[in-house]
Amino acid sequence: MDIIVCVKRVPETTEADISVDPQGTGILDSNLPFVINEWDNYAVEEAVRLVEQLGGSVTVVSIGPEQCDEVLRRCLAMGADKAIRLTDDALADSDARATARALGQIIKDLPFDLVFTGVQAADDGQAQVGVMLAGMLAVPHATVVTEIAVDGDTVRVVRELEGGLGERLELKLPAVLTIQTGINEPRYVSIMGIRKAMKKELAVANLSEINLAGDQVGPAGSLTSVTRMFIPTVEQKAEILTGSVDESCAALADRLKKGGLV
Amino acid sequence: MNEILVLAEHRGGTLGDITWELIACGNTLAEQAGCSVAVALLGRDVGQLAEQLAAAVGDVVVVDNDRLEHFVSDTYQQALVQLIAQRAPALILMGHTACGLELAPAVATSLAIPLVTDCIGLTFEGDALTATRQLYGGKVSADVLCKPSDRYLATIRGGAFPADESPAAAGTISTAEVTIEEDDGLKRFIEYLECEAGEVDITQSDVIVAVGRGIKEQKDMAIVEEFASSIGGVLACSRPIIDKKWLPKDRQVGSSGKTVRPKLYIALGISGSFQHLAGIKSGGTIVAINKDPNAPFFTVADYGIVADLFKVLPVLKTKIEELKQGS
Repeated sequence: MDIIVCVKRVPETTEADISVDPQGTGILDSNLPFVINEWDNYAVEEAVRLVEQLGGSVTVVSIGPEQCDEVLRRCLAMGADKAIRLTDDALADSDARATARALGQIIKDLPFDLVFTGVQAADDGQAQVGVMLAGMLAVPHATVVTEIAVDGDTVRVVRELEGGLGERLELKLPAVLTIQTGINEPRYVSIMGIRKAMKKELAVANLSEINLAGDQVGPAGSLTSVTRMFIPTVEQKAEILTGSVDESCAALADRLKKGGLV
Repeated sequence: MNEILVLAEHRGGTLGDITWELIACGNTLAEQAGCSVAVALLGRDVGQLAEQLAAAVGDVVVVDNDRLEHFVSDTYQQALVQLIAQRAPALILMGHTACGLELAPAVATSLAIPLVTDCIGLTFEGDALTATRQLYGGKVSADVLCKPSDRYLATIRGGAFPADESPAAAGTISTAEVTIEEDDGLKRFIEYLECEAGEVDITQSDVIVAVGRGIKEQKDMAIVEEFASSIGGVLACSRPIIDKKWLPKDRQVGSSGKTVRPKLYIALGISGSFQHLAGIKSGGTIVAINKDPNAPFFTVADYGIVADLFKVLPVLKTKIEELKQGS
């Protein structure tokens, strides 16, 4: 069972204040910590578990600058066998289609039974790359996967639907699956673990090495582009109860009581 | 401009809410662009659903085929691509739902057309389509421009385009013929899986205390559980708590979980992603307690306290008890 996992390095913004850059097409991220995309972390864990159980290999692939190595080393420490990083100035501003094309160009020459991506990336939340990749590799796909059972040359998966409902599908291998959070409990990665994984292979490639022209990715190879980013103006509907904890709690309790709610 | 083609979404013989929102979105855009809207209904024995749709939109086109009984993207893709070739729409609209996630990027790839997903706004300027969507969990918005194309595909976020209150049309229903290739066994539907019912049905409770990412350690669940019962409520949660398995799946509020309509909803340490907010229907009082003043929950809550929830809870509990005793 050879599994390839596509991972993305993203800024951690859940508890951060974000500002738009002066060009108005990106965010100021120099003060933000960067992490592996949360969905991808579950995908790596799932791949490592499957290979621990069935044998085979896990290869993690990422696109980005040298700083991505930190994320890839972390994946190697989790149990991946090999990492590949694609980097090229021409890749900047690639949309999902161009990204999938670049990933597909790497993956098509590797042996694989399964390819995992996260359901979406925490930064742009498009949820497109995995399915596009499947189309380019001409293999079946399933999205929002919360359970995986491999049986011979087929895989049975559970997809998350709406309202607590799920569905079981059967796909023939090879296949692309986009992995939902909560599918497993990703293992803890220690600094010692990352140090130990330094011996594992981390290959770096550029576009010409994977036989892709610069105009097949980046703005020229994309069908969509971000023209403007802005902080949405939101109506703060809530009455914010200020003051000390004591005061704000008293005010809230009072309002709930008056509303007959407690 | 050519028509806008909306893909109706249905499961178990019922049209999804998103279908009506797609129609509303399509109508607004069609008015802007000066074109018509048609609804595509793919499935097996879907005559009744077609009637429902025809009461709301002028043009319903049905693809009725045994192989379309369950939503499997491979067969739906084949049918939809042929329908698109027959009708040549300028824009295809789908929901950013479990169906849309599975189907839209596959169709866009096979037709080599621009795709924008999870849109909260769509505008035509001439033939050029611009989408507004959210990034970084809703903290940033972005305008995304599609390269000029004869055809675009967009998926919309549930709740972003409110359905028309009382759509009325005397629509026509037509059928389209498509050829679906013999089953290659690459992808098959097996069964639906219902969420197991637990001891508590959160949809039946008037008071819900919900927790999210702000709970960092499992041991802290006891504190919020105790608070919930002290005010006669049940404990529910957003997705991160389910992912950690600290509460069973049937306690999840949101688009992939339960939809609730309590009189009082207290959100503790939940940022308020659109997926979570989609599960809280209006009517009741919403309280958000979060240390991030920019948490989206404050935009929908009635009352907010910006503070560490663990500092607030013991004090709030005491204050409520004092008031109860005083009455």
